[in-house]
Amino acid sequence: MALLEVNGLSTSFRTEDGIVQAVEGVSFSVEKGQTIGIVGESGCGKSVTCLTIMGLNPKRNTLSRGEALWKGKDLLTMKPSELRQIRGGEISMIFQDPMTSLNPVHTIGKQLVEAVLLHKDVTKRVARQRALELLKAVGIPKAEGRIDDYPHQFSGGMRQRVMIAMALINDPDLLIADEPTTALDVTTQAQILSLMKRLQEDFGSAIIMITHDLGVVAEVADDVLVMYAANVVEQAEVHDLFHRPQHPYTWGLMGSLPRLDADVERLTQIPGQPPSLLRPPSGCRFHPRCPYVMEVCKTTVPELVPTQRDADHLQRCHLDEETKEREAAKLLAATMAEAAG
Amino acid sequence: MFRYLIRRTLWAILLFIVITFVTFVIFYVGPNDPARSVCGGQQARADCLVTATEKLGLDKPMPVQYYRFLKKLVIHQDLGTSFATSQSVNERIKEAAPVTASLVFGGAILWMIVGLSVGIFSALKPRSLLDRMAMVFVLIGVSAHPVWIGLIFEYVFGVKLGWTPIAGYANFFGAASDTGQAGGPWQWFYHLILPWMTFAILFAALYVRMIRANVMETLNEDYVRTARAKGAPERQVIRSHVLRNALLPVVTMLGMDIGIALGGAIFTESVYNLPGLGQTAVIGISNQDLAIVQGVIVFATVAIIIFNLFVDLLYAWIDPRIRLT
Repeated sequence: MALLEVNGLSTSFRTEDGIVQAVEGVSFSVEKGQTIGIVGESGCGKSVTCLTIMGLNPKRNTLSRGEALWKGKDLLTMKPSELRQIRGGEISMIFQDPMTSLNPVHTIGKQLVEAVLLHKDVTKRVARQRALELLKAVGIPKAEGRIDDYPHQFSGGMRQRVMIAMALINDPDLLIADEPTTALDVTTQAQILSLMKRLQEDFGSAIIMITHDLGVVAEVADDVLVMYAANVVEQAEVHDLFHRPQHPYTWGLMGSLPRLDADVERLTQIPGQPPSLLRPPSGCRFHPRCPYVMEVCKTTVPELVPTQRDADHLQRCHLDEETKEREAAKLLAATMAEAAG
Repeated sequence: MFRYLIRRTLWAILLFIVITFVTFVIFYVGPNDPARSVCGGQQARADCLVTATEKLGLDKPMPVQYYRFLKKLVIHQDLGTSFATSQSVNERIKEAAPVTASLVFGGAILWMIVGLSVGIFSALKPRSLLDRMAMVFVLIGVSAHPVWIGLIFEYVFGVKLGWTPIAGYANFFGAASDTGQAGGPWQWFYHLILPWMTFAILFAALYVRMIRANVMETLNEDYVRTARAKGAPERQVIRSHVLRNALLPVVTMLGMDIGIALGGAIFTESVYNLPGLGQTAVIGISNQDLAIVQGVIVFATVAIIIFNLFVDLLYAWIDPRIRLT
């Protein structure tokens, strides 16, 4: 049995301007120790997907459908007290902005100890020992002297390490990381990523890595979901996705990856902005920005279907396979040529 | 923390000097002639004026006058003598201050109780019936003048229902005297119920609104989401993560508002005939009794400075970001 199995998950928010469909029909599963990457532009529903799984959306105006089976039990219909046991215990989460994710009026030690005491019946002294252990594991220098410091006494990268320590402190089976490196500078990003990879080996947790950076996905993920405007547009094993990308949006994302070894002028971009989820475009949601747009794209919503070559590679596009193979090969050749030249 | 304390105390001393100087200038260097007030205004006799001028030291240069005023104030804590009644100003203030303190601190406790309970509940259940009723209360509290509210309360609770006294003050420590004046803690409380309500309503309204806004804003903070993601039960999230942060600014506001509210005490004291500082100042002004007015102002500012100092230190103690800078 998969650790987490998400089936047809949809989330909408009631706002003053109308109903925003933030996530629509997302399905995926996470096996023990596996890393799933969810990639897409801002506002495409990546974070909401995970917040829905965690039950952290504001209750008042949120409506969720579908199911998220955690070890066979649906998280969406679970009693709040049961869900609390899983949250922070079996599933934990790291957020995007380490500067605002820690409570400024408590010491980091107190916040770490709180996480332990919520899930384990141990004394404060034992919890503190555990906190210290984790701070050392995430590489906080002189952890003994810093455990009673306040968040504002740490740099952004160090705070993210504290957040990771807090997420791993109860040995979770699944770690959801919502853009954990986005707010950090590039060298710190690399440190945090390699730290997470190392800790995944030590702790054996599965990871859902939310990011807008395909580079991060290539680095850490086993399976990848590409999301666009609340939908999954492509879903594949990571090697397959990078070698045979099937969706024009994925091509766009790959084309806009900055490369140190290539001409800066050749950095391409996807024209336009992601659509408003209040009134999404008709047909394929990507059609207003798609360079391959056809008449059918404007009227008919494409289904998420497997490719002929591979039943595990799903894509949501009307283009014929031949054109896709050709374009994907072209993109790959161009990337190779750039890398070589 | 220690350096913060030193720095903050030095600021308080500087503030004291500036305020006493301004008060001094307004009352002694302005177009008013203090000597004339002592001798009974327009009909003052010339020889009286000469003696008074000499006695008050008005013939000396201004810096010397200020120096003597400050010296008397700092070394002997002497605020002078009332022009009108020859009573010592210190005596008068010693009688009036407890009345005002009872009114202000009791009122502050009342408005904090109302502000906290209604504000927090409204924030946790926005758009609920209680939230909407609270907003109506806020509107009334902010719009209505304390004198009007005081008179209405007096009429309804004192005259019509007969639940409370209409006016007057009872000493907390004093026993009931044979002059008919009541005394003791219960009488003190009984006499102050209406004044407290009148005095507190404006600030209770403002605090309900402020606390509601602060709590709602804090509920959206990332660290509150982190606390929920840790699996903390809602009550613990609210208590340990939301309230602690949301109420930090309230502590500072309270320190400043008690100072502002001291001004509002004048109205309440007039309506309920409480012999406090406000009423003393009003009587002083109508008698052109500058010594009394000045005494009240200096005393009130010193009280506010000390109180603000206390609140700032309290704030530094509860907010680590300030403590360490």
